[in-house]
Amino acid sequence: MKGNRITKAFEMCRERGEAAFIPFVTAGDPDLDTTYDIVLTMAENGADIIELGIPFSDPLADGPTIQAASQRALQAGVNPDEILDVVELIRKESQCPIVLMGYYNPVLKYGLSAFAERVSEAGADGTIIPDLPLEEAGEWQRVARENGIANIFLVAPNTPQKRVEKISKRSKGFLYYVSVTGITGARKELPEELTQGLERVRSVSPVPVAVGFGISSPEQVHMLKGHADGIIVGSAIVKIIEANAQAKKGLLKEVGAFVKEMKEATTLPSLSSH
Amino acid sequence: MLGPDRNGHFGQYGGRFVPETLMPCLFELEEAYNKVRRDKGFHQELDAILKDYVGRPTPLYEAKRLGEKLGGIRVFLKREDLTHTGAHKINNTIGQVLLAKRMGKTRIIAETGAGQHGVATATATALLGLECIVYMGKKDTVRQAMNVFRMELTGAKVVPVESGTQTLKDAINEAIRDWVTNVENTYYVIGSVVGPHPYPRIVRDFQSIIGKETKRQIKAACGRLPDCILACVGGGSNAMGMFYPFLKDQDVRLVGVEAAGHGVDSDHHSATLTAGSPGVLHGTMSYLLQDRWGQIKGAHSVAPGLDYPGVGPEHSALKDEGRVQYVAVDDSEALEAFKLLSEIEGIIPALESAHAVAQLLKMEKEFKQGDVVVINLSGRGDKDVETVSKILKG
Repeated sequence: MKGNRITKAFEMCRERGEAAFIPFVTAGDPDLDTTYDIVLTMAENGADIIELGIPFSDPLADGPTIQAASQRALQAGVNPDEILDVVELIRKESQCPIVLMGYYNPVLKYGLSAFAERVSEAGADGTIIPDLPLEEAGEWQRVARENGIANIFLVAPNTPQKRVEKISKRSKGFLYYVSVTGITGARKELPEELTQGLERVRSVSPVPVAVGFGISSPEQVHMLKGHADGIIVGSAIVKIIEANAQAKKGLLKEVGAFVKEMKEATTLPSLSSH
Repeated sequence: MLGPDRNGHFGQYGGRFVPETLMPCLFELEEAYNKVRRDKGFHQELDAILKDYVGRPTPLYEAKRLGEKLGGIRVFLKREDLTHTGAHKINNTIGQVLLAKRMGKTRIIAETGAGQHGVATATATALLGLECIVYMGKKDTVRQAMNVFRMELTGAKVVPVESGTQTLKDAINEAIRDWVTNVENTYYVIGSVVGPHPYPRIVRDFQSIIGKETKRQIKAACGRLPDCILACVGGGSNAMGMFYPFLKDQDVRLVGVEAAGHGVDSDHHSATLTAGSPGVLHGTMSYLLQDRWGQIKGAHSVAPGLDYPGVGPEHSALKDEGRVQYVAVDDSEALEAFKLLSEIEGIIPALESAHAVAQLLKMEKEFKQGDVVVINLSGRGDKDVETVSKILKG
């Protein structure tokens, strides 16, 4: 089962005393050729897992940065078929686990079974569907499992503990902890209650817990070390892409350097070990 | 079928397709709503406001000249246009803002397309003394500048939304984002029978007063139930409120009228049920206007309040069941009806409601003398006179 690639990535990080670094990129922003290069650059520079966004016209869980990236990608005319073709090409070069992050409607429209088969065939390892909570996820989970795809659920700081338990039991690969109640976007400070929140979730989750939403600097990554099994970074990378969309070489260099710096921060000794 | 079920489904439609952050809020809202639903004090407070402030019950007026013109059928207009603020929207906003107050929320947010729901929300928050922020597509703030001013006069802050198509659907995205970020103290007043459970149910319940009154009034006027009821459908709240009390009355034909814009075969319409397909948008499974990849398409109608690429999930279920017939009327047909009702009844209808009137004109031959037809006249047309005058003068 391909979900194992995700599990293995977390195991390897744990053995090395690191957190898994999971960068995000919107597929097709600014175009799919560039996405191909960005993903490989990220993998070469130490990304442990890569989250690849499938753009949607109405991304209501995302902040302005990722929403704008989705709009750029849609204007460029990308669709799930082309994105999965790129995943297939990437697979020929890299075994870095790939998790697809996308809203439910495009998946539903594709057809759950057809989508799962194509995802599996292309070699992607998991899915994150932010608008598909537990109560509605049954059918997709079944189809995903049949095709060896890990469906990753999200929990938030305001999720009651009983619900965290229930969700974490059904999450495959890892569990996504939304660090700041609210939307994605780079923030300068992490909330104080974050470490407590992570403890609360990790104490019951049978799968590794990755934290995301609002992480943009190596200092923040270092701060989180020891509190999370994985660290997801989205908006900060999308901003680099946005700023360098006209100069592909510079773009890849900047993304590579950023990923490297962030990954290195996950290998530093923890700041505190209480 | 009378729903929804425990998880908010109407058949295969409805449900809660939202980020996890919102799930606890939806549970909290559901619990609070279930409490007030059985709370006499709440209903007394609500009824008093509806009576003295909104002006309910609204009249059921027999449009005799229109009836004569249509071969002697009896046409009744449910006069939601005579409510305070001039449209049915206020029935829902008063109910929800009262609910929000009971829940201890201090900050009210809402989205609006044409501005009618925004005005109705701002009015309710002014009445009940709560902070109000209204998200509105930038394009709509320009097209509906007068409604922006009305909202500001009643103390609301209007935030223009510049993302996406800069219309209603983007305003909803932005309102949901605000809610995700400020869930603790914020209540999101949804303006139609759309969105995640329990909203479609809450809005339907608050709007059902339209159908309940109509049932009583038509019995008093004709001694029987009507043969047919017509209502326009954008998100579908006025239609749902009108139809709901009649769903079990199988002899009453129910017709929902969508906006065909430039025609359902064009790319410029809002006929979600007539020409769309099932999918998930704004937290609910329902019929949608979408492309082959599941991206949401822009909607169009001359009536700004019908300009939405989704529709309430309960309507989707009623369509599949066949209990309600959904049809579409285009811009020019709606404009003709707008003029006709103004000329022969002295009632300028909202362009949205004019769609329902237009459908009656199209159905004329299906009725015989003495048949009783009710049209839900969901709003008044003052807001549209400028648009219409521009179109008529070319």
